[in-house]
Formats: sequence, C-alpha cells, structure tokens
Amino acid sequence: MSTLTALARARAARGGRAVPITAVRHVHVSDEPLVVIPLMQAGEAAAPLAVMAGTDRDAPTLLVVAQPRNRDQRFEFLTAFAELLVPYIDARRQHTETVEATKNHEEWERCTDAPQLILPNPGGVEALRLLGRSARFRTVDGPYPVDARVPLLGRYLTWFADDRAPMPGSSVCLALTSVLAQHWATGQSALEDQHLPALLSWIDPPDGMSGAAAALLAEDPDAVPPAGPATDPAFDTGVLAPLVRAQEEARAADDMRAVAKAEEELRAALAAQLEPTWETVWRGIDVLRAMPAAASDELRWQVDRGRFTDFMTGIEDGAPPQPKRPSAVAAARRLADLESAQQSYDRTQAIDDPLVLARYRVGGEAFAGRITFVDAERQEIKGKRAWPRPLVVMQTQDEVILRPGVKLASPARVNQTVRLLAVRPAEAGGFEVELELQSGMGRGKTPEAGSVPAVGEERCYATFLAEQRGTRPELPDADQTPWTHGGPPWPHVARAEDQAEEWR
Amino acid sequence: MSPSVPQATAAPGPAGTAARLDALRGPVPPRSHDARTIAALTVNPGCSRRAVLDAAGVDKRKLAERIGFPARYGQSPFAITRGLAFEKQVKADNCAALLELLRAEPLRFDVPEHEYVDLGVEPEADPAAPVNLDRAARYERTRQAFARVAAGEPLLADHPLLRLDVGGRTAYVEPDVVALSARPADASASAPARLYVAEVKSFAVIDGQADPAKVGAAATQAAVYVLALRRLFTELGVDPAIVADDVLLICPTDFANKPSAHLLDVRRQIAAVERQLARLPRIGALIADLDPAVDFDLAVDPPEAKGEPGREHRSAVELTKSLTMIEARYAPECVTNCEMAFHCRSEARAAGAADALGRSVRDALGGIESLSEALEIADGTAGAGSGQHEAARLLRAAARAYDEALRVAPRAAGGSEADG
Ligand code: SF4
Repeated sequence: MSTLTALARARAARGGRAVPITAVRHVHVSDEPLVVIPLMQAGEAAAPLAVMAGTDRDAPTLLVVAQPRNRDQRFEFLTAFAELLVPYIDARRQHTETVEATKNHEEWERCTDAPQLILPNPGGVEALRLLGRSARFRTVDGPYPVDARVPLLGRYLTWFADDRAPMPGSSVCLALTSVLAQHWATGQSALEDQHLPALLSWIDPPDGMSGAAAALLAEDPDAVPPAGPATDPAFDTGVLAPLVRAQEEARAADDMRAVAKAEEELRAALAAQLEPTWETVWRGIDVLRAMPAAASDELRWQVDRGRFTDFMTGIEDGAPPQPKRPSAVAAARRLADLESAQQSYDRTQAIDDPLVLARYRVGGEAFAGRITFVDAERQEIKGKRAWPRPLVVMQTQDEVILRPGVKLASPARVNQTVRLLAVRPAEAGGFEVELELQSGMGRGKTPEAGSVPAVGEERCYATFLAEQRGTRPELPDADQTPWTHGGPPWPHVARAEDQAEEWR
Repeated sequence: MSPSVPQATAAPGPAGTAARLDALRGPVPPRSHDARTIAALTVNPGCSRRAVLDAAGVDKRKLAERIGFPARYGQSPFAITRGLAFEKQVKADNCAALLELLRAEPLRFDVPEHEYVDLGVEPEADPAAPVNLDRAARYERTRQAFARVAAGEPLLADHPLLRLDVGGRTAYVEPDVVALSARPADASASAPARLYVAEVKSFAVIDGQADPAKVGAAATQAAVYVLALRRLFTELGVDPAIVADDVLLICPTDFANKPSAHLLDVRRQIAAVERQLARLPRIGALIADLDPAVDFDLAVDPPEAKGEPGREHRSAVELTKSLTMIEARYAPECVTNCEMAFHCRSEARAAGAADALGRSVRDALGGIESLSEALEIADGTAGAGSGQHEAARLLRAAARAYDEALRVAPRAAGGSEADG
C-alpha cells in the first residue's frame, strides 16, 4: 500500500468518514446496468439459492430455487435467468458504428453499447463464474437435455465473470466493493471493506451518523443481511432449513397446496434477505454516478464494446464454448493481455487523476512544481541539422531522488519525452531540476507554439509515463502450439462426458 | 478450590505456572485446543492475550459473550450435512473408495491390502452405537494400532485420536481420517512405504482448482495431524519420518459427488505449527508478572431461588479489566481466527492503533503504531521521534502531495486521449 493511501485511511479513521483517493471515477457506469445479486447454498460447489436481478431499481426480478439440490429445479432456474439476461444483452447490440480500417485490421462494425453487470462483491462474480462453468457445456439433447438458452447463458456468464471481470480497466462485470475501495479509503481494514453495507456506510453514512458508527451497525447480520453469495448461517439454521424441510415433506406427501405454500414462504424469506442488498447496491451506484468520469472512460468503454462485439460475433459464427482449461499458448497470451491491460490502466489513471499521480510523487517516481526558467531557443546540432532541445528549470518541494539522464513525461503532454539534466538543492528549500525537452515539438527547427511549458506553469513529471509501452511477446498462433506445450489445442467439441457431467 | 492446589502466589516453576493457569480459569473445566485452534495459532502468533487464555483453558467464546462481544462464527446446517454425507461416501465399505482413489490415476500409489480398523468404536461394541467418546481409551487403541503399523502391518486407521502437547496442556486431535501406508508411483520398489494422513473435505475442486483459502486451512490442519502422528511414533521408538510430508486431500470433483485425491505438500505448514508450539512454553514468563487479581473465572453459581439469575463470579466489567492487563496484538485477520476478535478490535480502534487498519497500513505508515501520532507527524504538528525520520519524511510528502492534488483539476472527461 502506498504511504498516501495509508495516510488517507488514517485520516478516514480520525474523521469517522471515508476519504477519496481518486479525483475521478475510473470505471464506466452504464446508463442501464444490470444489477445481479446471487445467493448460493452453503457447502455446495454451485447450487444457486436465489438471484435478484434487474435494470430497474423499483422492479427487481427474484428467481428462487425451492430445492437447491434438485437438478431439474436448477435448470429451470438457469432457464429463467437466461430469459432475463439474454434480452438484456441483445438490446445492447441493436446499433453499431463503423470502425475504419487500420494497418492491422479491416473495417468493422462495433456495437455502440455493451452490457454491464454489477455484483455486490467479488464473491458474487465468482458465483457467476461457477454458474457459467456448470451451464456452458450442457446440451439440448443427450442424457440430460436442457433448454437451448442454458448453455448460452453459461457462455455469457463465463465471458462476464471469467474473461472480462479480471481484465484491468474493463467495466462489463464489476464487483461493487472492489470498485468503491478503489476510489475511497475507509477507516477500517481492507478485510472489512469486503463487506458492502459496512464499506458503503463509511462512504455514504445515513444523516446524523458517522461512517464508523454506521459501519458497525451494518455488520450485524441480524439487522443487515450479508450481501451474499453466502447466506448468514443463522438464517440457514433458523429460517431456510425448516422451510426447505417443510417443502420437501409436503412434496413427499404429494400435498400440492402445502408445497405451494412452503415455496411461497421460502420465496418471501429469500426476498427479505435480498432486498436490503438490492437497495445498497443501487445506493453504491448512485455514489459512483456522482463522481465525474475519468477522461479515459470513453476509450476504455470503447474497448469493452469492441470485445463485446467480438464475443457476440464469435457465438454467431459457431465458436465452441470457452474451454475448461486454456491451452498453453492461450494461457500465455492471456497473461500477456492482463499485464499490458494493467500497465495501460495504471498509466491512464495517473494521467487522468492528480490524486493517483500524487501516490507516485510520494514514492519518488514523480515530482511536481513550478517552472521558473525556460530557454526555448536551445538547440542540439546533430550532423548537419539542428534539433530543438529547450531547457526548462523547475522548482519542486518533492525530494527528487532520480538520476540525471532519466526520461520523464508529464500528464499535461504525455507524448513529449523529457530528459533530466541536473538536480540541485534550491536556496529557498526543495530542489531545482533542470530538464531538456526532447520530442513532441513538431518537425520544425523551432518548437511548435504551445509545445514548451511557460514560466510560472505547474507541471508534474513522472518516469513511468515516459517508459516504453508494454509490447506483447510474440506468441505462436494457436494452431502452431509446439508439442512441448501440449500440442495444438483441439477445437472444443461438446463431448458426451461433458453433457453427462453430473451436477448434483 | 481443593486444599492441595497451591495458591496463585506459589513459587515460579512448572507447578506454580500450572496452578496460576488454573486460577486464571477458575473452577470450570478447561477448554482444550483442537486442530482448528492449533492451526489458528499460526495466524497471529505474537498475541500474548490469546496465548494466556488458551494456556489457561479459558472458554474464549463464552468469555467474549460475557463481555458483550460475541463471536460470529457459525456453520450452515447445509454445509454440515453435505460434509458428513461426503465423508460417509468416501469411507463407505471400509474406505474402499479411498484406497481405489490412491491406486488410480493420477496418483497410482502402490497400496497393499489394508486391514481396516475403526478406532472410534470399541472392539466388541455394537457397530450401530455412536462413536465412543472416551478419549483415553480411544487414544490407547490408536497407540496400539500404530504400534502394529510400526511393526509393518498395513492398517487403515479410521477415527484415530492423537495427542499433542500445547503449552503444557494435552490437546486431542482427530484426523477425519486415516493413515495408510503406500508407496508413491515414482518410488523404487525397495523404498519403504510411508504413512499418509488423508483429510476429507467437502469443498469442490473444479477443473483442477479449489478455493485457495480453503486449501490453505485444510493444509494447516493436516499439518497438525502429521505432527501429532510423528510425536506418537517418536514415543513408540520409531523414526517419525515414516509419516509422509505430503497429505492426501479428498474432495468432490467439479459439480458431482465423485471424490478425487490430491497430494498436498505441507512441510511449510508443519514448520509453522512446530514453531508456534515451541514458543508456547514461555507462557510462564507471560503470567509471572500478572496482577494476582487478574482472572477469567466464568463460573456462575446456581440461583438461590427458582427463576432468579445465577450469581456470576465475575462481572463483565471485571472480566474486561482483566483482559486489558494482558497485552493483545490485534490484526484484522483475528476476526476469522479468534473468538475475542470483536473485543480486541474495539479496544484497538478506541486506542487509535494502526494495527486495526491492517498490517499493510501500519507498514506504509512507517511502522508508527498510533494513528494520531502518524497524522500529527504528517501534518507537521508533531516532530519525528528517533528512528522515525524516514517515516516522517514520507508522511509529510504524502500529506503535501495529497492536499496539493485536491486543488488540481483532473483531466477533463471527453477530452482527446493524448495517450492514444
Ligand atoms: S482477537 Fe485478541 S486475543 Fe485473539 S489473537 Fe487477536 S488480539 Fe489476540
């Protein structure tokens, strides 16, 4: 953790209220997100109990599995979930825009929107991942036929929870606790921040109450049901288990009226567990919407829209479901993708957000101050040509531990590389830094207008902004995987063993 | 208190320590460690408070309740049912399925025919009777069974009961399971067979992956069993290396009930548990300077008249006061590992301790323990103490960078993406 974030946490603890650690919002919030709150049965790998979902805060849909261990009921549940999710996804691809051809890519059509799922916490995302895994290899024939929408749902959920959610900078599948904690420092520990009602209490406490006090109240599972996917064990013991038993007994006795009654009670009990979380998640979305979006938000969402378009095209072209385990090359490619996405996300956040940049200043990777002297005429003669090499002197209070020669760039002009020439202690305290501008000044002998900072201007220079952008290692195409890495991956065809895979 | 028990002020030394520990607990039966609580010792090893409470055998759950900070542990009945059903399935027919798993891919262990012994049941007892609870007898049966194993008999021991000395107090631990002698597939035929502890867990392994937190907890618990089993063999005069460093984790596969076996190297966990156990005997030093008035007597005398509440030996205030006399070392991880967590948390928060925010926050504050001290240094209202100069420099830089950044306008949204 950075010193700055730790200090923000200490300040939050003192003030009893969360402190922002970003100035802008670094995730996209869709105009119409789909909120999904899954509850799973304790002790089972992927037995859904209920899902509350919808795009309308005032009209959530509640799906319940009355007997979580009954296979047919699970598939009915998944079908109903698909009935909710598929139209939501389809509506996002009604309109497309033409993306012009580039060197590497021909002209293509990109969806103008993309779906966005918002879950209360990472556990919710994991629950979706498991549901996706359990559903995507199902088939409409074979020993356990399912509705055609079930395997499709499985592939969608896998895309959201497994493919996109871990990708830095992607906003199609968000865990609210992680997003809020990315933007706010609370006066409690990171462990406690995983509890959505407590975390939100620190950020947005009820009137007349401190965040600290509200968080303490929110931790009581009797007063505020947990945000899932696990239910409160006391609820399982006191409410759920007796209702499930009553329902099983009624079924065994073939008393359909009693079955209906028990199911109705079960539904009501689960609704009561879910409704407070539903409201909390929407409150969290309000908090996010109230923050200004980062400058790169649009571009990042554009990447999400592009990925969404690709994924949907793949499904239409008959691509197989995502494999259980990726091939060696696919895994390496994925790792490289994650890494470069992380780099670019870190970088754009620092460029867009002075509070994020401030963390790097404390760590010595950046410094900020005022320009005190500029020699815009300075040149360097190389061969027969003279190149503009303006000299800039800056006054900073930051301790500059960087060595002469390092390359720097400023968020104010990211594509301009600057070289550190000298650092010396300033008479008035702090440091005086001599910089040489090396690029980003146009093609002429003299710098383009506006490309050289002016005396009196505030600037921040950082090393990592000048670093070479991560390039992906060259990887062989999938069908040329060397045999040492398991040979070419077989195209995944639904095998009998997958279709018949047991699901208790 | 019986007259033969020395008073709390007795001379130091093992007997004095034991007496003081008994006095700390008061006239209630001691709580002993089990595998879970021993495993928990590795999470926050430096805490004197827990060390003393455990050594004295104080019922921490009850203590936390009495002082108004009940622990919120609990297991769902669904999880319990599932766990029992899975264990039953794996152990059916004298653990036939378990042996089959070891012989099959991918382990391909060389497993001889085993004689199955259920050490939970008396030899001539009715098989339908519940598992016998007499620990001493069960431990003795376990000992005899393993003496036969030491002599080379392949024996599959179900419900063994092992012993471990924890801070001078005997703790009994029960591997769900079973030790079996087997030879890994890659071992040469002349290599001696080793004993494996098998741990049956009902969390699923999906596409070869399981929840790392659950695997970690299972590994530490299994390490406790390995250690206890090794101690037993040492007592029997047999080289403890007979017990393998690897344990077998038996879990359901994917979304089905089908069990699969996974070999888990627990050497690191064994070392961690051993280290913690070795530290515990210093308990004498911890309690030596304790005020004689400190105790955690949770006893309640029966009410004088029907319908009236019983008389508590110690009030919540007294118990809380006693707790404050023993140093704690709260960390957020305590919440999942120690029954006293909510009390210790509120104490740490009230004191403004950086530890309440987590070790990483405290480290990032340059190791400064008090939040208000860190904040004062950062704001320049307090000077840095000796050895705090580097921390102070960073804190001041952080405060300045943060406050300055608040005044800078972020890059406008919708602006062109200069970074391409
Ligand atoms: S909860 Fe308290 S007693 Fe328990 S380990 Fe943590 S600090 Fe020690």
